[in-house]
Amino acid sequence: MSEEKIGVYVCHCGHNIAGTVNVEDVAVWASDLPGVTVARDYKFMCSSLGQELIEEDIKKQGLTRVVVAACSPHMHEPTFRGACSRAGLNPYLFEMANIREHASWVHQDDKPAATEKAKSIISGAVSRARELEPLEAFQAPIHQTTMVVGGGIAGINAALEIANAGFKVILVEREPSIGGHMAQFDKTFPTLDCSACILTPKMFDVGNHPNIELLTYSEVEKVDGYVGNFTVRVRKKARKIDVDLCTGCGDCWERCPAKVVDYVYEAGLGYRTAVYRPFPQAVPKYPVIDPDTCIYFKNGRCKACEKFCPTNAIRFDQEDEVIVATVGNIVLATGYDVFDARRLPQYGYGRLANVFTSMEFERMTNASGPTNGKIVLRDGVTQPESVAILHCIGSRDKNTNEYCSATCCMAALKFAHLVKEKTGAEVYNFYIDMRTAFKDYEKFYNRLMEEGTHFIRGRAAEVTDAARKPDEAGKLVVQAEDTLIGKQRRIPVDMVILMAGMEPRHDSQEVAHRFGIGCSDAGFFTESHAKMDPVATMSPGIFIAGTCQGPKDIPASVSQGEAAAARVLSLIGRGQVEIEPVRARIDEDRCSGCRICNNLCPYHAIDFIGELGVSRVNPALCKGCGTCVAACPSQVIEGQHYTFDSIMAQIEGLLWDVRPSGKEKVTFLEMEPA
Amino acid sequence: MPHTSRNGLYEQVMAETPGGEALTMCLQCGTCGGSCPSGADMDSSPRRLFALLMAHMDEDVLESNTPWYCVSCYFCTVRCPQDIPITDLMYTIKQKAIRAGKYHEDSHADFSESFIGYVERFGRSFEFGLATRYHLTHRPLSMVRKGGLGFNMIRKGRLNTTPEKIKNLPQLTAILDEAKRIARQEGS
Amino acid sequence: MANNGSYIYYPGCSLQATAHAYEESMLAVGKHLGLTFDEIDDWNCCGATEYFSVEALPAYSLVARNLSLAEKMDGNRDVVAACSACFLNLRKTNDYMAKFPDLNKQVNQALAAGGLSFEPGKLKVRHLLDIIVQDIGYQQIKDKVTKPLSGMKVAPYYGCLIVRPETGYNTEYPTHLDELMVTLGASVVDFPMKTHCCGGHMTQISEETAYELIRRLHQNASDYGADAIVTLCPMCQLNLDAYQSEVNRMFGTNFNMPVLFFTQLMGLAFGLGEQELGLGSEIVPAAPALSKIGTVEEPKERARPKRQDKQALPMPPMDSRGGQS
Repeated sequence: MSEEKIGVYVCHCGHNIAGTVNVEDVAVWASDLPGVTVARDYKFMCSSLGQELIEEDIKKQGLTRVVVAACSPHMHEPTFRGACSRAGLNPYLFEMANIREHASWVHQDDKPAATEKAKSIISGAVSRARELEPLEAFQAPIHQTTMVVGGGIAGINAALEIANAGFKVILVEREPSIGGHMAQFDKTFPTLDCSACILTPKMFDVGNHPNIELLTYSEVEKVDGYVGNFTVRVRKKARKIDVDLCTGCGDCWERCPAKVVDYVYEAGLGYRTAVYRPFPQAVPKYPVIDPDTCIYFKNGRCKACEKFCPTNAIRFDQEDEVIVATVGNIVLATGYDVFDARRLPQYGYGRLANVFTSMEFERMTNASGPTNGKIVLRDGVTQPESVAILHCIGSRDKNTNEYCSATCCMAALKFAHLVKEKTGAEVYNFYIDMRTAFKDYEKFYNRLMEEGTHFIRGRAAEVTDAARKPDEAGKLVVQAEDTLIGKQRRIPVDMVILMAGMEPRHDSQEVAHRFGIGCSDAGFFTESHAKMDPVATMSPGIFIAGTCQGPKDIPASVSQGEAAAARVLSLIGRGQVEIEPVRARIDEDRCSGCRICNNLCPYHAIDFIGELGVSRVNPALCKGCGTCVAACPSQVIEGQHYTFDSIMAQIEGLLWDVRPSGKEKVTFLEMEPA
Repeated sequence: MPHTSRNGLYEQVMAETPGGEALTMCLQCGTCGGSCPSGADMDSSPRRLFALLMAHMDEDVLESNTPWYCVSCYFCTVRCPQDIPITDLMYTIKQKAIRAGKYHEDSHADFSESFIGYVERFGRSFEFGLATRYHLTHRPLSMVRKGGLGFNMIRKGRLNTTPEKIKNLPQLTAILDEAKRIARQEGS
Repeated sequence: MANNGSYIYYPGCSLQATAHAYEESMLAVGKHLGLTFDEIDDWNCCGATEYFSVEALPAYSLVARNLSLAEKMDGNRDVVAACSACFLNLRKTNDYMAKFPDLNKQVNQALAAGGLSFEPGKLKVRHLLDIIVQDIGYQQIKDKVTKPLSGMKVAPYYGCLIVRPETGYNTEYPTHLDELMVTLGASVVDFPMKTHCCGGHMTQISEETAYELIRRLHQNASDYGADAIVTLCPMCQLNLDAYQSEVNRMFGTNFNMPVLFFTQLMGLAFGLGEQELGLGSEIVPAAPALSKIGTVEEPKERARPKRQDKQALPMPPMDSRGGQS
């Protein structure tokens, strides 16, 4: 019936498939399928020997179609397409049958059924392979400019790596300055080197780099296009400052009468003015006027900043600016939000004055923070004699976030050390499990034990100011079960620090949608492969780095920033990128011009050609999703590589064993529209 | 469902508690033990009791006084990071201990039994009867002292000396008998 | 107004015995606010915490008989309970039967033996306080206040079962009773123990356990300068009130803290008579606390917040419910 010569290769995947599916039997069975010239099983098809097997068969036996029954095409389709190409076979004549995720892994408890299912999947793939047509990938040039979104430590490193390689970078940051959370920290674990000392040189480099265009106080509004050729619309919020005139002298904020609590940089522990620069080392050095707190914007009077500005740089009437940039690649490094400890009222944050969050404590212990680095109670003067540090606040808790925030144990140790060093207070750590993985972290834990920090194995149950005994009066009492003793303990302390976990940015779902990437239920961006492709996403040309992908510490964020830069540079170095030719095509002779497809296309890839009265797909924008194919009332749109015939053939192949008899032929009757 | 084919006390307690299978997820973090208002009187913290249960140390669990000191405040339940219905599990362990006849001597299971005895006889609880009967058997001395309190309560109209009875007691009896029959059937 | 001011009422055993003052004041206040409470005919005991300790299925069935009788009453009205334990048992049985199909089947099988059935999840079980603050609302209550409780400092005591397991209110630090008391003109003391346990049935079976829990509550309320504790549960009232002298004896303390129902204070603020509110049935007399009412002028305006000490660090903002703002 078919003149195609099909090769079928059944992969053992070590024990992953062969442990459940009888791969030898499946291969023998497949060799009898119509059109199959050769069927083999092999330990690891993805190995170079496995690939060579395919290449040899194509060359020697003249295979015209190749089917590999192995894992997900997401994993190894590119691998086997490469093997076909090398042997001279058009790569789109290759078909993958996923018998691992779809059979062996999900039916481990029923081996015969898993084997039968594998046969069906392979049968479908063979039938479909027969209908495949050769296609040629598009070549698209890569625009050499890259956009990095987020100016924390991950974004800074990504931007610098790319810029240092000689390519332009546009760095977009939502806040008035780059620096991110790292700029708020005092010391960094486990070496205790000063955060600002290692961060600010990098911030300075970003601000002064000839290849970096820095857009602070700005947000991405819209992203169009595809890898190599994105069009990004950025809203640059009005600083109300003419940065060409401003020298960053500080006269404006020194004279500003509107003092407000700074919930961003100072984490609510300190104040700023309405015209402000978040911190002295801010990059850029220019302040912004916050119209929500500025007295002039409220009641039309004041203008103190304008009066005292020596260079006349204040611009109350400055408007937002919209910038449209064309970039080849995008790195998202949008960071994290800190868990709001008020969501766990048993710990009293917001009600009990001397309960602090970890971010508040970072600011407190920071020499440039609200207390100049002094560790004091909320009254601003009293030094604590005892401090409790509560781990896992908003982490490992189904009531809030189920995941471990990965950094809090080490940060808690750092805090314990700083408290001890600066005040000599007794420090009690309440923990579930101490997690001090990675280089030199355990050494730091040991150091803290040497310093005499108390470790109580038990998640704190509550913090209360209700005294039961005289020695608890006027104190905060942390109540917990010391699980190593099996008894409830009440530890009276002066200060409590809540190690608040990391959460995805509050708008991360929205941002993921805007950039067309995936997002976990929690809200962290989804990488292409958790282990083998951690900074790429399912959208080519869009990379992720740092805590927007999941909780991680500074070294890991830096590594990811640099990894993302390497991925971008490799694309730029290649100069152009192959784009899958899986596109929709409209048969213009038969198109009725109803335009139903125009509005349904999620990528705005279908244009209506007025003079011809037909719709046409722009292949550069089309992602091959198939929405228009299904919607076309005249059935004249065809999805390349997923043609009607190939899908019907695959279904027929999948159902090979449900025909009344193996020989009966099923005919599908298809009526042409009247 | 738990990943074990055993059907010991641990598995039974989970199966007989609505949502009880969450117990397999216990982190042994101690939030329950830390939250418990009557923890000081328990021989094992709730956390430790669950550890004993999961280690199949059934005797220790059934003889523990822990569930009998549970005051049903539900602090552990709402704070548990793994959404384990701890208070409900305590009820189930009490039921198992009564059925096995192994409960702790401090357990006061007979208080609960006296209480429901009145409920089954009248359809209403009967505090006066309960208090006098229970105290006469357990703490006759404190009864003398508390007589004053009881008298005060009667004087203020807060303690009925005769029980209230619902009208359709046969209906309630039929329902409870059927429920007990089903429970026995399920348990066997 | 939701339910048009008419509710299906489950009194529970305590409200017609140890806590008759609660029912009297509830009915008096309800009448004043135009509410009707239709008592479930021939309701039975909810089993308190005891029945669940012995046998689960009969315990659920016992409660379900009440739900079944309530379901048969007219209209899509909510069921209201004033006792927190009854509220919990009715609510829990309704919720669990809706959530766990096996339980639903078995309980209905038992109910069928008495010619009854119940479809869980349709009825809504609510606590009296929830109805007062949600369906009536603070403003309407404020409008009815003729004798503000100014001068009286109360510790609002919620106990456990009105907020736990989850009811939608803050499970640790609710504030709706606080707000109600402020609406009546009383001043409210911070009461960190407001949702801690009163001892429950431990007063009957383990005095040492129960009296320590009661002591903690009285200690805390006294430390914060309360004139009275206000409560919404008959068990809490009984334990804190009737056993107070026993607690004093055991710990050598000297508490003299009246414990009142919130409905009694509502009635006083509405100008109703002490008699119809069941006042006088408390063991620790409320008269000294009540005599403080009116001794302090109602503050005309909210006092300006004290100017913060220059050195002090700012506190995180909270909304009025004690949650995040």
